[in-house]
Amino acid sequence: MRRVVVAGYGMAGARFAEELRRREPDPERIALTVLGEESQRAYNRILLSTVVAGSMPEESVLLHDESWAQQHNVDLRLGVAAQRIDRSSRQVTLTDDSTVDYDALVLATGSRAFVPPIDGVRADDGDLADGVATFRTIDDCRRIVGRAKQGCLAVVLGGGLLGLEAARGLAGRGCRVTVVHLAGHLMERQLDPSGGRVLRGALEAMGIEFRMGTSVAGYLPGDGVKLSDGGYLPADLLVVSAGVRAETTLAAEAGLDVAQGVVIDDALRTSDARIHAIGDCASHPGTISGLVAPAWDQAAVLADLLSGVDPTARYRGTPVVTRLKAKGIDLAALGETQISVDAEDAEVVRVQDPARGLYAKLVLRGERVAGAIVLGAPDAAATITQLYDHGTPAPEDRLALLLGRALPEAAAVASSPAALPASSVICRCNTVSKADLVSAWRDGARSVDGLATATRATTGCGSCKDLVCGLADWLTSVDPA
Amino acid sequence: MDVRVAHADIAAPVGTAVDTHCPYCALQCGMSLTDGEVAPRDFPTNRGGLCQKGWTAGSLLRAQDRLTTPLVRECGVLRPATWDEALDLIATRIRETQVQHGRDAVAVFGGGGLTNEKAYQLGKFARVALGTSQVDYNGRFCMSSAAAAGNRAFGIDRGMPFPVTDLANADVVLLAGANPAETMPPFVQHFRKSRLIVIDPRRTPTAESAALHLRPAPGTDLALALGILHAVVADGHLRHDYVAERTFGFEQTWRVVAGWWPEHAERVTGVSATDQRRAAAMLAGADNAYILTGRGTEQHARGSDMVSAWINLALALGLPGRAGSGYGCLTGQGNGQGGREHGQKADQLPGYRKINDPAAREHVAGVWGVPADSLPGPGRSAYELLDTLGTDDGPKALLVFGSNVAVSAPRAAHITDRLSDLDLLVVADFVLSETAEMADVVLPVTQWAEEDGTMTNLEGRVLLRQRAVVPPMGVRADLDVLQGLAIRLGQPAQRFPTDPETVFAELRRASAGGPADYSGVTYQRLRDGDALHWPVPDVDHPGTPRLFLDRFAHPDGRARFAPVDHTGPAEPADAEYPLLATTGRVLQHYQSGAQTRRVPELLAAVPEPYVEVHPDTAARAGLSDGEWALVSSRRGQVRARVRHIPSMRLDVVFLPFHFPGTGRANLLTNPALDPTSRMPEFKVCAVRLEVA
Repeated sequence: MRRVVVAGYGMAGARFAEELRRREPDPERIALTVLGEESQRAYNRILLSTVVAGSMPEESVLLHDESWAQQHNVDLRLGVAAQRIDRSSRQVTLTDDSTVDYDALVLATGSRAFVPPIDGVRADDGDLADGVATFRTIDDCRRIVGRAKQGCLAVVLGGGLLGLEAARGLAGRGCRVTVVHLAGHLMERQLDPSGGRVLRGALEAMGIEFRMGTSVAGYLPGDGVKLSDGGYLPADLLVVSAGVRAETTLAAEAGLDVAQGVVIDDALRTSDARIHAIGDCASHPGTISGLVAPAWDQAAVLADLLSGVDPTARYRGTPVVTRLKAKGIDLAALGETQISVDAEDAEVVRVQDPARGLYAKLVLRGERVAGAIVLGAPDAAATITQLYDHGTPAPEDRLALLLGRALPEAAAVASSPAALPASSVICRCNTVSKADLVSAWRDGARSVDGLATATRATTGCGSCKDLVCGLADWLTSVDPA
Repeated sequence: MDVRVAHADIAAPVGTAVDTHCPYCALQCGMSLTDGEVAPRDFPTNRGGLCQKGWTAGSLLRAQDRLTTPLVRECGVLRPATWDEALDLIATRIRETQVQHGRDAVAVFGGGGLTNEKAYQLGKFARVALGTSQVDYNGRFCMSSAAAAGNRAFGIDRGMPFPVTDLANADVVLLAGANPAETMPPFVQHFRKSRLIVIDPRRTPTAESAALHLRPAPGTDLALALGILHAVVADGHLRHDYVAERTFGFEQTWRVVAGWWPEHAERVTGVSATDQRRAAAMLAGADNAYILTGRGTEQHARGSDMVSAWINLALALGLPGRAGSGYGCLTGQGNGQGGREHGQKADQLPGYRKINDPAAREHVAGVWGVPADSLPGPGRSAYELLDTLGTDDGPKALLVFGSNVAVSAPRAAHITDRLSDLDLLVVADFVLSETAEMADVVLPVTQWAEEDGTMTNLEGRVLLRQRAVVPPMGVRADLDVLQGLAIRLGQPAQRFPTDPETVFAELRRASAGGPADYSGVTYQRLRDGDALHWPVPDVDHPGTPRLFLDRFAHPDGRARFAPVDHTGPAEPADAEYPLLATTGRVLQHYQSGAQTRRVPELLAAVPEPYVEVHPDTAARAGLSDGEWALVSSRRGQVRARVRHIPSMRLDVVFLPFHFPGTGRANLLTNPALDPTSRMPEFKVCAVRLEVA
């Protein structure tokens, strides 16, 4: 029997446990222990913005129901975390001082919200001050929702992906929201300046205000925030969304290599081959952390390895596609987005119509999509993402692709029956062309019923009836009996 | 020793119209035949409409190459033989094979086009006269996934648990993988008032008429259904009361669905999150809404789960079992519904009973007058049966009725190999189909308008298809053939009657008390025009046009959510085979084309195999519109003419499967099977495209 211990019951840890049990359900072969620091069941962090927006109850974001652990023979321990790893004896000591032995240890400790050192955001005990919240956990959501009454004044620090999702959710709840963002444009990691500007315009149209190029210098509970440019904003609520930091304390104390996160190779191994790391706490070369897609891909590869289903499985990175989940805003960003339209080593196509919230930029290398920003063109975003993920060569008609019109509309019905080509099929059910109808007319079928009898047009589903009537009218006018 | 009962060779007098139904699809359009000429007839399913196939169906009765004498292979060539010679030969070879290799060495393969009487008698013949467990039919390739999912969700499988005419009041209809504008054209009349949401990777004629067309990558329908269901819940459209009162299992299912927020589903399917939310809102905002599935979403190695995902969506919206709304599948073959109920399926006995249920075995054996323990158990499913033909463990002899597996089975070249390794292949058909061409013995049988029989259409309504013309000299009805063989195999003649109405009377008793209970259906009631949807438990019962209004068929009366998850196609595209092929139907042809390719007008309209491809993808392969292309998969190669279709996805090609020889689309298809329904993955496999 092999003992696998997972430190962390968040999206990565929970997913890994599911994947492992899918491959090896037998607890006699693999004993699986999962340690969850929070006292509640794992939940889907991606959906927290919908909880803040109020469209989904908290209960709906839980990943597992109460019987999950029992059903899948998982020794799930909630409310305890790993506090120390003894690598030589392959033993983890938990926060309740009990110990668990492992043959393989999986670190899935995630990340925590980063709170910049700002005057007043922390109370004397080190906790966040009243009226301040980060946006990371379900507790954070409760804190935010508890404050976010109609008409509440909210300040969101950070115009990145999560900050904007929080801002949109709060605006949807009737809060008056101002986003304070240090960089010159929104979502600067994913967007170029022009794209960021169009996004800002779209959000402003929803009533969200922005203070760009500045930051929060101080917070006065019950009053508001001081900005580093000297400005002031009244605020009932300050949401701090200033990025996350990988949770690496446990790994570092155990002497594992740690950089931005716990350093792992393509087999998801840390510097100790018995210890693996996945998800936000891990640092894999070339992988951007903080997103769920890499965590899930890593969980699947690691389950292949630790179950023995595929000992050759390797994780080679996940192409990142960023989607902003904000009602009324459709934004996708992927791959190389910062490249200039004048770049000589790539083909860059760009369309913008800021007044209508449209911004679409496509970066191609050798006919393949290397990057894109698509705002306000949902079909284009979906199609371009598929081309990017599958490495499919892009269609010749780049503009149609960018505008989401690569798919032609149904052939428009010609304004006049006269304009239809003779070969066009009028009645599909019976393969009757305009030419067939015209010759039947000339052979004496001088009415709609007569045409139907002669050619069977209109006698299937009947949806061509109007067209045949129009044709008969036209024939009457050009070729009266 | 031919003791078959000769029918009086009478049909309608010259010049009289006989009411009947079309020989092709499950819509079973009403038509009348006068001296073999078709005229449309007002009937609820087709309301007087007919497509080109229906209009020209009379040509089948005059097929130039109609078989009128049995054929026996001698020195590699089929030569004419007498009926006695052919039947004696078959019976002798069956006996020899079974003595040497056991009962299961002889297998039977049926079809979803056979009448209820033939399907019933064929299953009985296999279990009683041959004593073999090895019987299955081509409906396994059509309806099995929808059937499995329907049974799982509702406790019973009737394609449409409501009359087709109910659709006329639908505000919104979601069609998942269905293209009725081509496959059953008169059907779309019922959508006059409806806004359609069409799920199809291709812009089909049905999709062109849609208010919203969603184009998932082939094999990703399940993810799309999950994304739409997520949107239903997230946007506040879940019918909490209905879910609480009439269903079971939502909680567990939601845990899966929760992981498929629309943006995640978009990445897998290519359908924008916006459109998924739009579909959810359209369905939720409709007073009357239906979700209907077709082969496009069912013919997958995870087809049962795909259908379950659509049913989950319907349940979340509170549609099934509500008057004016519902879920249904669009049955394909003419008797695809009845054909799956009366015992030609490997695991089934008549009345939609399970062959491994002791009570069902007792009941049916009692009707058949044999001991229950003499009935074999479940046998192999269609593809598994074909795959083992002529192998050490597999059947050595095969009898085929109403199917053309050489064209319609997946991985067709392999199936042709298997067929050619048989010691004995017998094919009963009315023309020399591609499968019949390979046979050792070919039996010329009656068709459609030449015999009486009942069909059960897509809404579960039992129809009487009456004899309208006299069959040509020399042909026999399938029921006669089965009796002739049964007698030669030592069965009493009266156990295998040849009169359809007599067989139907026995079928009624065999089905009595089963889920598909026909006991109250009689030929007389059908002649009198009674609209009888099963179950009809007694002769005074009015039939059951709408199931589930009060309760579902599970013991607790509740429908079941199924916690299904997306896994993707069995064979994804890769560097070697970078495109995905999907297969399907065109308006002018039916199934393997053995019938429709013999109708001059239909052949003229669509004469040859073709491949639909985006112009850019064709150009990359060096192919112009109208050129011949080679489409290759790991299993074979098809020659087809290129059609440039600008609405195609860049990574997808489409081939119709109605053509023989090197044009068989099924040379490409992947026989990966659904774990529950044993449906092969017809709808997606990896291919490459080259100049022929």
